[in-house]
Amino acid sequence: MEHRPVSEELRTPQPPAGGSIKDDLYEPVIGLEIHVQLATATKMFCGCELSFGEPPNTRTCPVCLGLPGSLPVVNARAVHFGLMIGLALGSKLAPRSIFHRKNYFYPDLPKGYQISQYDEPLCLGGRLQDVRIHRVHLEEDAAKLIHVGSSGRIHGSDASIVDFNRGGTPLAEIVTEPDVRSAEQASVWLKLLRVTLRQLGVSDVNMDEGSLRCDANISLRPAGSNQLGVKTELKNMNSFRFIERGIRAEIARQQKILTGGGQVVQETLHFDPASGAITSLRSKEEAHDYRYFPEPDLLPVAIDEQMLAAARAAMTELPAERAERLQRALGLSAESAQQLAFRAELGDYFEAALAAGAAPAPPPQALANWITGELAARLSDGDGDADAGAGGDPSLSRVQPSALAGLVGFVAAKRVSVGAARQVLDKLIAEGGEPLAIIDAEGLAAMDGGDELAEIVAAALAANEDAAARVREGNAKAIGPIVGHVMRETKGRADGTEVARLVHEQLGT
Amino acid sequence: MSATDVLELSAAQAADAIAAGSLSAAELFDAYRARAAADRAAGAAGLNCFTWVAGDGATPEPAAGALGGVPLAVKDLFCTKGVPSQSGSRILEGYLPPYTASVVRRLEDAGASLLAKTNQDEFAMGSSNENSAFGDVRNPWDRERVPGGSSGGSAAAVAAGLAPWALGTDTGGSIRQPAALCGIVGLKPTYGSVSRYGMIAFASSLDQAGPLTRDVRDAALLLKHMVGQDPCDATSLAFPGEIELPTAERLDGVRLGVPEELSGGGIEPGVLEAFRAALAQGEALGAEISEVRLPHAPHALSAYYVIAPAEASSNLARFDGVRFGLRAASSPEGENASDLLDMYTRTRHDGFGPEVKRRIMLGTYALSSGYYDAYYGRAQRVRTKISEDFRSVFEQVDLIVTPTAPSVAFELGEKTADPLAMYLNDFCTVPMSLAGIPAISIPCGLSQGLPVGLQIAGPAFSENRLLNAAYALEQSLGFDGAQARV
Amino acid sequence: MAIHRMPITVIGRDEVLHVARLARLALAEDEIEPMARELSAVLDHVARIGELDLDDVAPTSHVVADAVPTHPALRPDEPRPCLPRELALAEAPAVADDGFLVPSPQA
Repeated sequence: MEHRPVSEELRTPQPPAGGSIKDDLYEPVIGLEIHVQLATATKMFCGCELSFGEPPNTRTCPVCLGLPGSLPVVNARAVHFGLMIGLALGSKLAPRSIFHRKNYFYPDLPKGYQISQYDEPLCLGGRLQDVRIHRVHLEEDAAKLIHVGSSGRIHGSDASIVDFNRGGTPLAEIVTEPDVRSAEQASVWLKLLRVTLRQLGVSDVNMDEGSLRCDANISLRPAGSNQLGVKTELKNMNSFRFIERGIRAEIARQQKILTGGGQVVQETLHFDPASGAITSLRSKEEAHDYRYFPEPDLLPVAIDEQMLAAARAAMTELPAERAERLQRALGLSAESAQQLAFRAELGDYFEAALAAGAAPAPPPQALANWITGELAARLSDGDGDADAGAGGDPSLSRVQPSALAGLVGFVAAKRVSVGAARQVLDKLIAEGGEPLAIIDAEGLAAMDGGDELAEIVAAALAANEDAAARVREGNAKAIGPIVGHVMRETKGRADGTEVARLVHEQLGT
Repeated sequence: MSATDVLELSAAQAADAIAAGSLSAAELFDAYRARAAADRAAGAAGLNCFTWVAGDGATPEPAAGALGGVPLAVKDLFCTKGVPSQSGSRILEGYLPPYTASVVRRLEDAGASLLAKTNQDEFAMGSSNENSAFGDVRNPWDRERVPGGSSGGSAAAVAAGLAPWALGTDTGGSIRQPAALCGIVGLKPTYGSVSRYGMIAFASSLDQAGPLTRDVRDAALLLKHMVGQDPCDATSLAFPGEIELPTAERLDGVRLGVPEELSGGGIEPGVLEAFRAALAQGEALGAEISEVRLPHAPHALSAYYVIAPAEASSNLARFDGVRFGLRAASSPEGENASDLLDMYTRTRHDGFGPEVKRRIMLGTYALSSGYYDAYYGRAQRVRTKISEDFRSVFEQVDLIVTPTAPSVAFELGEKTADPLAMYLNDFCTVPMSLAGIPAISIPCGLSQGLPVGLQIAGPAFSENRLLNAAYALEQSLGFDGAQARV
Repeated sequence: MAIHRMPITVIGRDEVLHVARLARLALAEDEIEPMARELSAVLDHVARIGELDLDDVAPTSHVVADAVPTHPALRPDEPRPCLPRELALAEAPAVADDGFLVPSPQA
């Protein structure tokens, strides 16, 4: 396939009759096609174990090598995972679905056809939040093609090496209706899909590793119209950031063409994140004629009661449901509920902490804030990009859920100040342990509002006469250095609000 | 036992003798191996039945099991680990598969020993074994004539006494028709009864492995150890019950139906005569014979020649020079196939013979955009009607009988100029293939000195009834195939 | 009864070349015409399936599907031994870096 830059110069735009059309009168119409590698033990049609970086061609057999005489047999667990995906997306599960052959020639396709599903897929319809699902079907992944540069051995021509380890890995293909209206919506929705699939346990859904791949079909139409414009397909975007940027770039490109009076050409495009350029993956041949026909080597997949029951029983609570429950049952804010639900590791940790039976019990919202705020910040890998979900998993830290729960409980009961609690948390992260023990050991217990604190406040006032004077004059902000002095003296153990109260009391303001 | 006596034994008799200790398995194997090797060595002067023969010193250990040590010839397209499995094609010349076909393994577990691989029409496409990349096979009854196809090598080997029995495959008649032309027994089982794993595919929804033997009893014995569900083949099923060795001596109460469409027009007079004489024998044995109708049978050949090539065109896409088999070497200009497209197209041009190319083209066309509904889609509907025709006939009769082939063995080269003329050889056998029902061919007489085959077909899983009817008729007809023995 | 007779198909040179391209089959110049003729003859014969009224008939994609009602055709997700790499590569026409070497699709 050639990569050719698609630029204005290649087109001769015809100005529309009646003047130019404004940009903001166009509405993007985007559909997504997601390929998910299923986390089964073996491949879709043979018993080879799935490969995770194994040496090339060590996870193959006659079936996935497409050797003469070999035959496929459907992996029951892949069907099970497919049904779970359908249930999670509210799809209609086909009582009977069949596999089809999609015929074309490519070195990563050993049989010269891919076994996929065509007009009788496993699942039809469904919805995930604001985007409707068109279908979900099962198919096998292609092998891996590694291109090598010119080498003297191969008479100077370019060559490729095929590794069949990946070939035959089970894939679920999820196709949405063209309900997405912006690059940002696409990215947000894909993240929700990703966390949903991860919750189900059907896939690692890791874009870096290729277990989650997304293509976008993009077209524009005049706002308010319900006709569909010519769409292009954007492929090979392997992170959420790139997807968002790629879609944005393509929308801009199409907008420019249309406002210039030109026409969008239906084609497959590639987004280069480094340069921001969109290039055409125009192949030398005409569009493929896949010559689909029902796979004669496989019988129709009939879903019986047992399989349905097994799929239902395996369903876990999905993120959207979890968020709703946290809000409703625990009174969390919508934002907190969503944060905890959409990052399963945080949600799981939160619920474990709540259940730990700490006394005094931490208020749920406060606990949520500490987990999504102070704790997450200390555990992130610094990237700040929650894409991969790597780093920031509290269950991998030394902070036991019960320990955090206890700490938050203490803060709420004012037995330790927020500032001191932060220090305790640092210690928990570094060494684990129990908050009470750390508080005692470090002497971080909140100061009660008794004489000790009053004396320190008095001393602070004496040491900051100018500031004290300004406070008496009515400058409330001048209290800062005085409070700061007290905090330093008490190593942060004093409660800030109580300190301020004492200051005002002693100053008579 | 003398060497000649040994070769006169049927496979079942030999197995019994070995089990009884009156015959040495090694001796039997060596006797057949010598004959097979001699045919191979004779080249064009021989029958050219074989593409590989077990080498000297490869005499297998006496094998346990019901087939204890009886040598078996196996059609080239069955994968046999470490032994060439070429499906009669240049594109797989010398190909050594890393595994063995399930049915061959099953038979080896039952005690059969691999004697040789037999020649065949390339990728099982043909009715005369004139499409092999490894030369024509000759009919032992008349060496200027074809043995039939595609399992021509298996049929000729058994007829000539170069192997006690053989495995073949039948897609549109490729076991039954060569059996008829060579005067032996050939059986195509109910689709799904025998595993296809390891059978180099031609048409997936039609291919079935089956026995080619000297007599009906041998066919039953071999089939008995072939059937069974295989987890490696999703289309294979558990055969309900066991295949029994036949014992019937009469056909009292057996209702035989003769389809009008497959017993008149298009069939040589000599063949019809032998067929009718055999029917008379059946009647004498107590069978009730009636005429039946298979109204869609005249369209079966057309449907078959859409479906089979379509599936083949897809099955043969894997022969692309990437992972095994032929890869096109230098172009006439002396450059390597440096371009991928060039590699594909020249490999397949050089590796496939003309008939295979024709069928790939036909099949690709029938599946291509704009033509699918008119051809493949339609042909699969015709198939449904044919199945319905059989179901309805089997409500009136127990079994169907027809001549197996429309003619006796024709001369080499006689029909090669016209593909369509060649396809017409299959019109009596193709309907049963499309319906997936079992059918057997037994020799029923001679015409012009050449064997005529009688086909008996039954509903799915009626193999035992089929075998018994065939056995009773066989005993009564007393056909003698000794003339063909080398 | 609706009759859907297809026109007598004469498959010409262009179509032969198109189909050959789909099938990745090179045809020498002197092979094209005979191929067109032979295919036309067969297509003309098989066109007779167009004579039948098949409107209410379902296609048979799997002849066994009805034969046996309960049929365990799904495979348990249990690993089976893979081929050792040497065996997987043993018949390869060209090998490099433990993989199957082919001309690059981009070439």
